[in-house]
Amino acid sequence: MDTALPFPATLTDLIQVRHLELTVPAAAGPVNILKGMDLDVGAGEAVGIIGASGSGKTSLLMVLAGLERATGGAVKVAGHDLRALNEDALARFRRQTVGIVFQSFHLIPTMTALENVAIPLELAGTADAQDRAAEGLRQVGLGHRLTHLPGQLSGGEQQRVALARAFAPRPKLLLADEPTGNLDVTTGGMVMDLLFGLRETLGTTLLLITHDPALAARCGRQVHVMDGRIV
Amino acid sequence: MIWTLARRELRSGTRGVRIVLACLALGVGAIAAVGSLRAAIDDGLATDSRRILGGDLEVQSGAQPLPDTLRDWLRGRGAVLSDIVTMRSMLIAPSGERQLVELKAVDGAYPLVGAAAVTPGVLGAGLADAGVVLEPVVLERLGVRPGDRLKLGQAQVVVRGTLMTEPDRAASPTILGPRALIGLATLPATALVQPGSLLNYDLRATFPPGADVPGVMAALRAAFPEQGWRLRTAAEAAPAAARLIEQTSLFLTLVGLSALLVGGIGVSTGIRAWLEARARTIATLRCLGATTGTIFGTILIEVGALALLGVLAGVAVGAVLPLLATWAFGDQLPVPPRLGVYPRPLALAAVYGMLTAAAFALWPLARASQIPGAALFRDALLPARVQARPALLAGNALLVLALVALVVLNAEAKLFALWFCVGAGLTVLLFWGGGAAIMAGARRVRMPGAPAWARLGLSNLHRPGAGTVLMLVSLGLGLSTLASIALIQGNLRVQVLNQLPAQAPTFFFVDIQDAQLEQFKTTAAAQGATRIAEVPSLRARLVSVNGTPADQVQATPDTQWALRGDRGLTYSAMPPEGSRIVAGTWWPADYDGPPLVSFDANLAKGWGVGLGDTLRVNVLGRDIDLKIASLREIAWRSLSLNFTMVASPGLLARAPHTHLATVYADAGHEAGVLRAVTDALPNVSGIRVADVLGAVAALVGKLGTALAATGSVTLVSGALVLVGAIAAGQRRRMGDAVVLKTLGATRAQIRAAWLVEFGLIGAVAGVLAALVGTLASWGVVHFVMRADWVFLPGTLATVVLGCTALMLVFGYAGTAAALRAPAGPFLRQE
Repeated sequence: MDTALPFPATLTDLIQVRHLELTVPAAAGPVNILKGMDLDVGAGEAVGIIGASGSGKTSLLMVLAGLERATGGAVKVAGHDLRALNEDALARFRRQTVGIVFQSFHLIPTMTALENVAIPLELAGTADAQDRAAEGLRQVGLGHRLTHLPGQLSGGEQQRVALARAFAPRPKLLLADEPTGNLDVTTGGMVMDLLFGLRETLGTTLLLITHDPALAARCGRQVHVMDGRIV
Repeated sequence: MIWTLARRELRSGTRGVRIVLACLALGVGAIAAVGSLRAAIDDGLATDSRRILGGDLEVQSGAQPLPDTLRDWLRGRGAVLSDIVTMRSMLIAPSGERQLVELKAVDGAYPLVGAAAVTPGVLGAGLADAGVVLEPVVLERLGVRPGDRLKLGQAQVVVRGTLMTEPDRAASPTILGPRALIGLATLPATALVQPGSLLNYDLRATFPPGADVPGVMAALRAAFPEQGWRLRTAAEAAPAAARLIEQTSLFLTLVGLSALLVGGIGVSTGIRAWLEARARTIATLRCLGATTGTIFGTILIEVGALALLGVLAGVAVGAVLPLLATWAFGDQLPVPPRLGVYPRPLALAAVYGMLTAAAFALWPLARASQIPGAALFRDALLPARVQARPALLAGNALLVLALVALVVLNAEAKLFALWFCVGAGLTVLLFWGGGAAIMAGARRVRMPGAPAWARLGLSNLHRPGAGTVLMLVSLGLGLSTLASIALIQGNLRVQVLNQLPAQAPTFFFVDIQDAQLEQFKTTAAAQGATRIAEVPSLRARLVSVNGTPADQVQATPDTQWALRGDRGLTYSAMPPEGSRIVAGTWWPADYDGPPLVSFDANLAKGWGVGLGDTLRVNVLGRDIDLKIASLREIAWRSLSLNFTMVASPGLLARAPHTHLATVYADAGHEAGVLRAVTDALPNVSGIRVADVLGAVAALVGKLGTALAATGSVTLVSGALVLVGAIAAGQRRRMGDAVVLKTLGATRAQIRAAWLVEFGLIGAVAGVLAALVGTLASWGVVHFVMRADWVFLPGTLATVVLGCTALMLVFGYAGTAAALRAPAGPFLRQE
């Protein structure tokens, strides 16, 4: 593992990726998903990542969230060298730094909306977790749905709960992977308005993965990914 | 149509229902094995009953020699006769080693049925000319070989061989020592037969084929009225063994039923999970026009076929297991089983299995048949609740009733079996209620300052779809069974091994003649005996109670034993130790009037007699009327010298009798006391109390092992259900773990949350199992064994801690995979 690659001295960069490689084992042999990516994202910046299916967008997000381990290159997020952290340190890094919104929401089905939003705060030992979670849900227009289980919510509502959960710990970085992929156009538009509004309010750095050029255009910068490389 | 549909659906085989099959197979297997073994032993008892009894008819007269008129009467009816005398005595080797033996003196006709195997040679030659044949253990303990001479009473006998098998052993078991066989002709030289000696005269008879033996027995009673002999035919060859087998098999069957009950819960949850996996197919069929009836019929056939598979596997196990058990432990059984396939117990076990499967699968079946076609378009396919239609309720009630009726009707102790069913039902409800209470409690508990893992663990207990109730019931039922067994066994062990020896004497010495009493006391005291107590001992046969012949007295089942055979009788001027007068008064110390008796209060209650009533007893051929002057509560477990009947001195003091003594001695003086007494008084036998208690403890241990082995089937069954419950929630846990890790939870936090969840379930299950075990063991010890129940906190603590540990191990092992699951692949798949 080589983590000694030089980082440019741009102090405002929240994400610094150098020659990032990701190879995963597969039945037919190892698959090289990321093939030497370089990326810098400044604090407070909003970046749209665009690319075809299988180009490596989601893998990039996974690596940046510490959910996948890079097999080569270097990754620094908010000053953390992710390749040097063990699994629990990565969990603490996510807890303090990253919020994630998935295409398929990934709410815990047996927890209420309030519990889903409160859980990252509780894990971080926040004293007023429930109150903050309730406030977060009110901000996304779900103040009346606190005790509902995910199965009792529509897709748009579930994604709004996921948004509230992602923003609840006030993360420095929000990673969003096709957040409107499972929603209709109207609902998707509403969710994205909320996402950009919250980001604006909280000054969160955003990395948005999308197929939709129009959505990417709402970000300050667009990055194109093709075959595991940024082009 | 439904057959076709069912057949197509069953193409996927037993995947997803293997736990259901295993649960059924285990429960049915346990019941079938116990039933088959019982049938094999019963068959062995019935087939070999003449051999076991040693003839077609046996007449026992206790210490009273049987008259020749009886022999003539029997010979007149074509009988071939054999006389036997049994007693306890000491065998002394030239080295000075000595051994208490169950001595059996037989005539040349013995055995009338079957053969005794003696190595070397044959029995007849072995017993001729003062010969003795001995069980192998006697030769080993005394260090003697064939040809060596031994002292038996006043006589010298010659060891002629080893007694390998004794055909009538089950009917006259050895209790206090191993067997020694001598010829009846040798007995007089031993001088062991003295007035008042503790011995039994038996006469056995065989009749020509086709003889009406019960008729002969009835005629014999009429021809010799008021004799009070104990008569039995081959049909009741070994009543004690038969009773033991009956009671043990009932316990084992009930324990097997517990396993089946736990298995039933596994059936219910397993079938539910299996149907959930088929819910999409069922919804599709509904969309294509299948009616509720068609759906219900189809899945009923499928579930029935799968249940039958599990039951048949259990039946196969039940048929084979007795063969293996007999091969491994055959010598431990009181009667050799007649091995074979016994269809009735196997069929009965199969019916138990199918009824259990039906009773527990009915609700999941009803739930699946209510899946609407529209469910295809929803996330949750199975309806959350079943509509409790009257037909469904009635069907389920009918199945449960049929099961209870089958259990009760097939048990000899019907009331006990009914109590078991009620207890089992209440236990299920208790654990179900306990699970619901945990969920409600966890929902209400607010712990604002507690760490996230503690709150997460608590909320895991009550979340929708949580397996709390199922895990609690499956673990709890198995553990309740084991806790009950452990506590019953523990109670017996405490009473036999711990309580008794603290106050028990070191030796009982029997057959001390009147003239030997002073010498006995002096000899024992000289060897270091710390305390010696003696009482006169007479043998008395009860003839009648208030004029009603003994065999016609209406007595409660637990007091009937005292009406049969010889009873010990003593006389005393003072009330004996270890008893308390509860009615009437003790006679004056110088009383010399008509004979009075102080009688056992428990027997008096069972026979329906009281103060002023008359017990007629026969002592040495003479009938004596004893008027009940007082009733005593007797503390038998003190092992002090006590008798059910203590008569006033006077008449009885003048009858020939022996003395019975208890001797207390330190461990260092035990051997010296026994050696000195039996050397000086060869007719006196010393019974070491520790040996007797050891033998009882060994028997308790064997019964306990059999119960624990069957009980562990319940625990295995429970573990299977538990594994199924954990496996069913595995995917959900994996998803939760990944999402929690994504949100920043460390593995330690997730692990701690699960440990809180499983630990709480285990602890509550342990406490409830300890409660159920306590109640069940109290019921069995108090009502069935009629003994004092002892609280055993150590055993209970073991149950609670073991339960918690078991649950933690299962929970941790079951969810370790979920914890190891990497987040990336899971999130991509979704």
